[in-house]
Amino acid sequence: MEKIIVSSSPHIKDNVRTSGIMRDVLIALIPALIASVFYFGIRAAYITALCMIFCVGTEFLWQKIVGRPVTICDGTAAVTGMLLAFNLPVSAPWWICLIGSVVAIVIAKQFFGGVGHNFMNPALVGRAFLLASWPVIMTKWTKPFSTGFIIPADVVTSATPLAILKNPEAGALPGFLDMFLGKLGGCIGEVSTAALLLGGIYLVIRKVISVRIPITYILTVAVLTFVFPSTGLSAFDSMMYNILSGGLFLGAIFMATDYVTSPITSRGQIIFALGCGILTFVIRRFGAYPEGVSYSILLMNVVTPLIDRWTKPRPFGNTKTKKGGVQ
Amino acid sequence: MAKLTFSGGIHPSGKKNATKDKPLVELAAPEVLYFPLGQHIGAPLKPLVSVGDRVLKMQKIADAEAFVSAPLHSSVSGKVKDIGMYLNHTNSKVLTIVIENDGLYEEAEPIHTQSIDDLSPNEMRRIIREAGIVGMGGAGFPTHVKLSPPEDKEITHLIVNAAECEPYLTSDRRVMLEMTDDIIGGLKCLMRLLNLSKCYVGIEDNAPEAIALLEEKVKGTGIEIKVLKKKYPQGSEKQIINAICGKEVPMGKLPMDVGCIVINIGTVAEIYRALAYGIPLHRRIVTVSGDAISNPSNLYVPLGTPFSYLVDACGGTNEEVHKIIMGGPMMGIAGVSLDIPVVKGTSGLLLFSEKYTRHEEELNCIRCGRCVNVCPMKLLPTTLDMYSRRGDIEILIENNILNCMECGSCTYVCPSKRHLVQSIRLGKQKINATRAKEAKK
Repeated sequence: MEKIIVSSSPHIKDNVRTSGIMRDVLIALIPALIASVFYFGIRAAYITALCMIFCVGTEFLWQKIVGRPVTICDGTAAVTGMLLAFNLPVSAPWWICLIGSVVAIVIAKQFFGGVGHNFMNPALVGRAFLLASWPVIMTKWTKPFSTGFIIPADVVTSATPLAILKNPEAGALPGFLDMFLGKLGGCIGEVSTAALLLGGIYLVIRKVISVRIPITYILTVAVLTFVFPSTGLSAFDSMMYNILSGGLFLGAIFMATDYVTSPITSRGQIIFALGCGILTFVIRRFGAYPEGVSYSILLMNVVTPLIDRWTKPRPFGNTKTKKGGVQ
Repeated sequence: MAKLTFSGGIHPSGKKNATKDKPLVELAAPEVLYFPLGQHIGAPLKPLVSVGDRVLKMQKIADAEAFVSAPLHSSVSGKVKDIGMYLNHTNSKVLTIVIENDGLYEEAEPIHTQSIDDLSPNEMRRIIREAGIVGMGGAGFPTHVKLSPPEDKEITHLIVNAAECEPYLTSDRRVMLEMTDDIIGGLKCLMRLLNLSKCYVGIEDNAPEAIALLEEKVKGTGIEIKVLKKKYPQGSEKQIINAICGKEVPMGKLPMDVGCIVINIGTVAEIYRALAYGIPLHRRIVTVSGDAISNPSNLYVPLGTPFSYLVDACGGTNEEVHKIIMGGPMMGIAGVSLDIPVVKGTSGLLLFSEKYTRHEEELNCIRCGRCVNVCPMKLLPTTLDMYSRRGDIEILIENNILNCMECGSCTYVCPSKRHLVQSIRLGKQKINATRAKEAKK
């Protein structure tokens, strides 16, 4: 009876912690990593490990230097590292990983106050920076089953299906089953739709994410590419190529659902995902660039505070906007 | 039948198994009892006795002239030992009547002797006030006031709150199982008082035995049992009204503004005892539980009994006590000492060991939206938290902070372990302080 604690209620709390949520996200990304190692060789795992180490290390060093509490244990830097790696081609050199990590952690996250205060997804900012600075390195897509750990100088490259859609001379389109399983050129983490879906289902079951953003996002892209198919393709083929490639599943399940940079209310999340879908379609169809997922999400990240403001829930008992129901 | 519920809310582990099947144990009164005068919402009481006086069991020992107030009765016969400042359930020292139990339990005259069927609504209200009955759920609002709505408010729904959504607590459940006839008798009186032919009893689906028993007994009485989904805070007044009759109490308004009166089930049993036998409120059921209690129990306790006495009756503690909670773990108040006595609103006494009191660092909000999803009042707890810490009163009011009922669901779910409701509470206090200052000018 010596040490009685007097605190304000509630006196019990749920067991869910930020670090646990981040651990779940990392677990959910593992199937896609395994698929990537299967198709691109062990180097995919090496790049991923490199990015995670660089991200966590950068966060640690930065926080030490500026004298802020070190928060690497919350797991957010590790998730950023993994997602950044998933957005890189397997042939990326180590210094690309380092620069991407520093941009993601220092510029996109820590400059704005650290976890919870960044207004854009750090991994996507890192990727956008690298893509703008080293476009050749960032779009060198290795053909599945052509490499091991070391990328040979004469690596067999393979254009992504979306690039082929833009420029039919670039190669032959892969089959839908291959695309679903991941046998196509692309970033480390984006190729296997099946593996990403598996991770997504895990996150939904663990209640880390809701299905609102992924489903709305993917459906919007599906409907738009079905109704307005690419020239020379049937509506169905156009839809399938568009949803099974270009990192749509990676973006919709793992990046657009980032808590910090997506709206907080359910209605807001649907508007956000609709916006992502429409922008992705517009960029892919009318832009010079074949992909579009990362820029769409980044653009919608920026309007998230506005969406949050528009979609404030109606407070319980605010009968000015809606009459209380009568029995 | 579809189970009724409200939007939002959380699902904490019920923890009721420790006591839900344990019958009430009547606790004998200790040698010295403490009756703090502030046990209700309303005008403060004045002692009617002086030091050295002999008082009888159920004798009125304090009252006030004001309408919004409820008198206090002794739970034993004995001598007034002291009237002074002692620790009460708000952790502050307040004027308290201390009575030394003489062990004779000599009873005072009942507060009325009329037949229950002859009582007019106004007589019933008078008796309910005279019996010192307040909401037994914890808030302590005088019941006769609740039962006296202004004439322009037509009451269409009487709702009995038996949701008992707080974990650990099982006192309402024991009332339903062991005082069933008192409840039904009380409800018949209340329906007569309010001129209603029907009333509703809301019970959470985790009390099937209580639901079955009441269903059986209420046949033909106009009392309807409404099964509610187990969810916290189902027992909140506005949420239970919403679940049972689909109405939304407007912000800043009272249940009577939508034609509803909500009464706790334990209060109903007390009302019956006052109306039928003239017995004033002088004891109550307290669930004593928590991981540090050796033998968790439901005790029927004379008001004024210090907590330490209840703990002894439950076999003492089996672990070092780190927290004393009066009420449930979600909204209960942490007490500073086991010297605090049982008052009218003490629904539970929980003792927790270190395991349940670990402090966790607050992290940054990651905007996961869990607090927004669970808020039963549909507020934005994380936004309120931010502005509350900044002290930005205007924005807080704009975001309806005053609509927060402090149920604590947001703090419960927060993965960053932020003290959301605590900071919102501070924000509300800042607003009240500012308003009080302005009123002075």
